Amino acid sequence: MSRIIPTIGIECHVQLKTKTKLFSDTDNDARDASPNSKVSEIDYALPGMLPYLNKEAVRLACRAAKALNADVARFSMFDRKHYFYPDLPKGYQTSQMYNPIILEGYVELPSGTKVRVDHAHLEEDAGKQTHYSGYTLVDLNRAGTPLIEIVSAPDIHSAADARAYAEELHKLMTYADISHGDLYHGNMRFDVNISVSSDPDKLGTRVEIKNMNSFRAVEAAADYEISRQMKVIEAGEKVVQETRGWDDAKQKTIPQRSKENAKDYRYMPDADIPPVILSDEQIAEFQSGFPKMPAEYRAEFAVLGVDKSAVNVLLAERAIAEIVSEVLEKSDAAKAKKVANLIISTLGIADDSKKIKLPSVSDLITLAEMLMQGEINSNAGDKIFSELISGRENSRQIAKDENLIQVSDTGEVEKIVDEVLASEVAAKAIADIKAGEQKAIGFLVGLVMKESKGKANPAVVREVILTKLSN
Amino acid sequence: MSEIERIIKNIEAGKTTATLETESAILRAKADDSNAILEVIEERALERAAGIDKEIEQGIIRKLSGVPFVAKDNFLTLGSKTTAASKILENFKSPLQATAIERLEAEGAICIGKSNLDSFAHGGSTENSYFGVTLNAKDKARVAGGSSGGSAVAVAKGIVPFALGTDTGGSIRQPASFNGVVGFKPSYGLISRFGVIAMASSTDTVGPITTSVADAELLTEILAGQDKKDMNVMSDGFKPVESGKKYRVGIIKEYMADGVDKKVRDRVVELTEKLAEKGHKVIEISVPTAKYALPVYYTVVPAEISSNLARYDGVRYGLRAKDAKTIAEVYGRSRDEGFVDENKRRILIGAFVLSSGFYDAYYQKAQKVRTLLINDFNQAFNNVDFLIGPVAPTLAFKIGKNAHDPLQAYMEDILTVPPSLAGLPAISVPAKVAGDELPVGVQIIAPYVKDAELLNFARVAHGVEHE
Repeated sequence: MSRIIPTIGIECHVQLKTKTKLFSDTDNDARDASPNSKVSEIDYALPGMLPYLNKEAVRLACRAAKALNADVARFSMFDRKHYFYPDLPKGYQTSQMYNPIILEGYVELPSGTKVRVDHAHLEEDAGKQTHYSGYTLVDLNRAGTPLIEIVSAPDIHSAADARAYAEELHKLMTYADISHGDLYHGNMRFDVNISVSSDPDKLGTRVEIKNMNSFRAVEAAADYEISRQMKVIEAGEKVVQETRGWDDAKQKTIPQRSKENAKDYRYMPDADIPPVILSDEQIAEFQSGFPKMPAEYRAEFAVLGVDKSAVNVLLAERAIAEIVSEVLEKSDAAKAKKVANLIISTLGIADDSKKIKLPSVSDLITLAEMLMQGEINSNAGDKIFSELISGRENSRQIAKDENLIQVSDTGEVEKIVDEVLASEVAAKAIADIKAGEQKAIGFLVGLVMKESKGKANPAVVREVILTKLSN
Repeated sequence: MSEIERIIKNIEAGKTTATLETESAILRAKADDSNAILEVIEERALERAAGIDKEIEQGIIRKLSGVPFVAKDNFLTLGSKTTAASKILENFKSPLQATAIERLEAEGAICIGKSNLDSFAHGGSTENSYFGVTLNAKDKARVAGGSSGGSAVAVAKGIVPFALGTDTGGSIRQPASFNGVVGFKPSYGLISRFGVIAMASSTDTVGPITTSVADAELLTEILAGQDKKDMNVMSDGFKPVESGKKYRVGIIKEYMADGVDKKVRDRVVELTEKLAEKGHKVIEISVPTAKYALPVYYTVVPAEISSNLARYDGVRYGLRAKDAKTIAEVYGRSRDEGFVDENKRRILIGAFVLSSGFYDAYYQKAQKVRTLLINDFNQAFNNVDFLIGPVAPTLAFKIGKNAHDPLQAYMEDILTVPPSLAGLPAISVPAKVAGDELPVGVQIIAPYVKDAELLNFARVAHGVEHE
């Protein structure tokens, strides 16, 4: 049997960080609001209500287009997608079926792989349902929140790349300041379409796994689904076209809806909303002041000489990338590398939920300088950095307060060296060195460091020992 | 002097008050036996009247100070229910008002009641009202027309000097014709639809029903103009024009065919003859695709209806079927019990023409023909300033005549839907008829956004007809 190739396409829903909803003046940030407290007559679909398009959402869509290397449609329109659901007040979702606002583009993964974006469109989110003791509770806070749905081409061929694509989209949307990108609150949700085929020119039967809100779930679900489908094919059976859900507890996909039960959404143009017609000038204005994208930071950080996965830690948040970039700009590559390494070693393993404060650029530069000039050792550097991210300021002051400055004063070091050299344990090492075994000096340096409780500058200690022994 | 003018003059002269006008209109509404008014708004109306009388004492007299009116019961109003003459909204109370109501109130008008209509404005007789038919102002055995039947009868019977209606395919013009009053359907987008229960989003319009064209002009000036809550409202608003210009008027050939009652056609011919005598140039002109307007309308409009009525699901407000256990039962039974047959018929047609595999053949094709119709109208308006023809193919018909023949009921709309699909302004001006004859209107249609010119000419035509 020839090799089986998985093919993956991803639809990603991104909640836009507009102040108000897509078609009403209701506050759009409902992340910690009590249920149904952010609902207006329009969101509630009271009789006689009409949509009023939020210009800011159009502006953000134009910026999203730029982040996706895509053109903005000069003419786009809204359509109604009909289905009955308690969390869908109007009985239709206002979306863009026929004339989306964002045209073809692409996303370049850190590996260099390009994933084409078929299109992306503006639409409103639905509310949320909770099932409770035999009842279904409906919260409409989210109903009417502006989304862009980014539809990729079927260009992804591994679960790892599916995750990389999802992560890169998240970076693009947060760097471009389009979304809060808060996955826990569902700011970005992924539908993953997967098929496997042994014929490289023909796609297999597609299965859609709906509504995942973590990168881990995207990867795990893709992994599971690829092997499930391969087993089906290897057993000589056919993959059924269907929609499945990801069960995070059981780590498997489960069937939800087959093709026979697929909904007919009866799309039609929404006559209540005039077409969105944008001129080149308007698009340019909407896209002006565009921030640096992850790919640009990656290119910039190449001089740091840290590996790709470490760079990804620096890019995990735009604010971190900005700080490293500023350190690089205001000092030099060596100091920036020190700072980068501090960030990578500390934040790379940090718990996501822990709130950290990002240090100021000047504190980081000072910290890097202190490390490079041997004023503090690397353990002290880590300690100061962790103080900085927990909210303290002024690296030098912290070093002093915490008694972390290394003893580089030769006089003081000499005193300790003299004591050590006079001790019994040092005798053999001294003899070895005099006999020409230079590596024994490390042992002596260690003894001095121990005696100084780690505060002595090891370079100075070494210097002093060598001077004393050569006399 | 127009009805509204008369009230304002009397208020200015201190011969009447807002309270007096409101009280007497309420009394007339309560005494009415034609089922034109579904609910009288008493408390809020009298409170507002008292407030306006205080203003008047201070010398503040607005364009409509103390003028009572009724609104079709698909306008959201405070102080009453808004039912759309349906069971599903039988007890619905709105927390806010339609922009049209707000604008009239800002000029001192007082809404004293809600008038009957075909449920959700689906129909042309008010026979589809969940609350029963409204009787014709002239002949109680006949229909009021519709869907704004209650509004037309309320004005024809002098309950109020004017009423608000909505016109999606003839719902202001046809009942105005059947009851002998002026009914104006403005250009699509001239008047805000915010707070009006939607029927078909691409053709819904709001307009006044009055006894004179002058009152229609006054009200349109107040009602028109940009509204942040309806994106389709044009910003220019409406300014009446006064012109003695001699116009070129085209009688639409297709509107004068045999299928149209001779009595109706004769009134059109008589009016055009009088206009010609006054120096206007009258010619016959063809709008060939007008004959396809009805099937186009009954494809596009039900599609929009099926969409706009999806929100009535028994979940958030309105009727929820008792003992419905599952969500499917809540939807199915609430909608089954809450809608009348005609609502359901249109929802089904709409769902069908939008369904996958049929969209291109029906909805899309209908939209293409609609574009051809618009082109045809534009072509005609290259040669004439206005088009003229009957409003409806018949006079007010007997109640129950079309009860078992929905297709025949749709045929009544054949002459009013073409301007609706093209978004054009059109007006029904009552023709002169003998005292014992049924009223009949003549329809005048103008190019898109030529609303002011249309009303100027309609004023002339109405004057010529009744001088």
